[in-house]
Amino acid sequence: MTAAALDRAPSIGRAFTAQLQRDLTIAFRSRSELINPLMFYVMGISMFPLGVGPGAERLSEIAPGVLWVLALLSTLLSLDALFRRDFDDGTLEQLVLNVDPLFVGVLAKVLAHWLVIGLPLTLLSPLAALMLFLPGAAVPTLVLTLLLGTPILSLLGAVGAALTVGLKRGGLLLTLIILPLYVPVLILGAGAVTAVIDGVDPSAQLAWLAVILALMLTLTPFAAALALRVGLE
Amino acid sequence: MGRLKTVWHRLGSPRWFFEISGPWAIGATAIGLTGIVVGLAWGLAIAPPDYLQGNSFRIMYLHVPAAILSESCYILMGLAGAVLLIWRMKLADMVVAAAAPIGAVFCVVALLTGAIWGRPTWGTWWVWDARTTSMLVLLFLYFGVMALRQAVPREETAGRAAAILAVVGMVDIPIIKYSVDWWLTLHQTSTFKLTSAPSMPAEMYLPLLVSVLGFYAFFFGVLLFGVGNEVLVRERRTQWVNDLVRSRQP
Amino acid sequence: MLFKDLDLEIRPGDLIELTGPNGSGKTTLLRCLAGLTGDFDGEVRRGGRFSYVGHRGGLNLQLTPLQNLRWSAAIEGSDASDGSLSSLLEKVGLAGYELTPCQQLSAGQQRRAALARLCFGNAPLWLLDEPLTALDDAGCGLVRELLERHRAAGGAALCATHQPLGLERTMQHALGRAA
Repeated sequence: MTAAALDRAPSIGRAFTAQLQRDLTIAFRSRSELINPLMFYVMGISMFPLGVGPGAERLSEIAPGVLWVLALLSTLLSLDALFRRDFDDGTLEQLVLNVDPLFVGVLAKVLAHWLVIGLPLTLLSPLAALMLFLPGAAVPTLVLTLLLGTPILSLLGAVGAALTVGLKRGGLLLTLIILPLYVPVLILGAGAVTAVIDGVDPSAQLAWLAVILALMLTLTPFAAALALRVGLE
Repeated sequence: MGRLKTVWHRLGSPRWFFEISGPWAIGATAIGLTGIVVGLAWGLAIAPPDYLQGNSFRIMYLHVPAAILSESCYILMGLAGAVLLIWRMKLADMVVAAAAPIGAVFCVVALLTGAIWGRPTWGTWWVWDARTTSMLVLLFLYFGVMALRQAVPREETAGRAAAILAVVGMVDIPIIKYSVDWWLTLHQTSTFKLTSAPSMPAEMYLPLLVSVLGFYAFFFGVLLFGVGNEVLVRERRTQWVNDLVRSRQP
Repeated sequence: MLFKDLDLEIRPGDLIELTGPNGSGKTTLLRCLAGLTGDFDGEVRRGGRFSYVGHRGGLNLQLTPLQNLRWSAAIEGSDASDGSLSSLLEKVGLAGYELTPCQQLSAGQQRRAALARLCFGNAPLWLLDEPLTALDDAGCGLVRELLERHRAAGGAALCATHQPLGLERTMQHALGRAA
């Protein structure tokens, strides 16, 4: 019998890296799951010219809001899968039983989620901005707000995903409970972009986004870990 | 201090709460209703008309208390949720369950009366001002808590899940309010201020105060009734509840 | 309510079969003991680490057995190298399948892969929910062998099972029967 292990407590760093690596590997195994949220983003953006008319002036006026709302919705749609697959195959239980403190594992999962959904969305946004005639000067701010904001969306969303993980049709309920909590991020993100278009300095909004991100980084992993334990009961 | 501690310990038993809450609930509701009726009558009929808005501002006597209470109720719900999560006090769960629909109703009242106020003043039924927008988001938050509670099959788990959401919401509310306020100044086309609170003369301010206090008492009373109800529902398998039900049957 | 007045003590070397019909609460009891659910009145005291293999196995189907095992090892604090993990997989009869995505394996092979992490050897207590599910005769023999060796090394196990394990000196605890 190989003594493959000793009875020692797992190191936090190792657990974090192992979880991150595993989630990224799983994500990259399924190409369609990677592309789908991005396709949704682009498709959703395209709905607006179709619904509102192709006039550049009107589109560029609504562009900051639309770009942000779609980023929000795309993130929301992908959140349900954050814990659900692991719940279904029993690995979530293993995570909860073994990783101590649990928030480390949760943080790793959220990071993986952001790397696979939020970051690509952020990188894709200039293209989407083009489709809505967002003034070029505002694009860097757009990217910056998404860079700061999408992690917040992933973090807050994780709490919602954890709360609804065992529920049938949890996906819709998840959107209902998380959307109100997203309001500040939406307002600040879209507001910063609008500010730049109006020639106003957006640093206040960006600073607030950074503050909220820092706050969520410290609080949400614990809330999500607690919610996971509750969801598994 | 010792007295408080005793009460705290006693609150661990939903049954004790149920037994003592009855008279308090009735008393608070009675006082509350009186306060509301007096405040509303005073404000709606007796107080002088506003020099700017004429008589339509009177709806404020209903709108402002409803708005204040919907926010206080959420904070209460969030605190109760925290108590449930930290101390596992069953009663706290029942408070969350009872408070949510009450707070939601206050939200709806605030939104409706806001619309009634807005119509003669600005000509539209709906206006995205700071208060109505935060009220709407608050309603969504309430809805989320109620929906989550409903969706989880096991009672105790449902309570804890709803509590987590309530606490997260409670922490988020200041952030939401700040950002909505800021959002309004960014997009403002004109300054919407439904209440010019500091510059209200006493004849307007006093009935408002009476109304608000009346609403608080009324809320407290209704909440006690609601929590008592929740206690009966949640403890329906215990002996004392079954005895109680049996003794009340004709 | 599924069961009451349950008093259970598990000592090193104990092998307990938890029997009972479907719905009698075997899985629930195991989850209570594992600490996955707190929906009970009473106390659970655990003296050390434990390994829980539930109904659903705890295996991600898109990864290979080796990748799954690597993750289990990392979160359980085992230092094992890929080489020793591979030999563990060999031991459970998956030689040559270490790098096949689990969804391409049969149900029996998947169960073997899930059970492989029991071989880390760092948990004195095993909580197993229907360990013989989907296994053929050779697979059942494997489980018996693992349990015997675990017991001999001073470990203990509680297995919920509706078919007898076929081992000697096991204790039976039945749920869902009158009295």
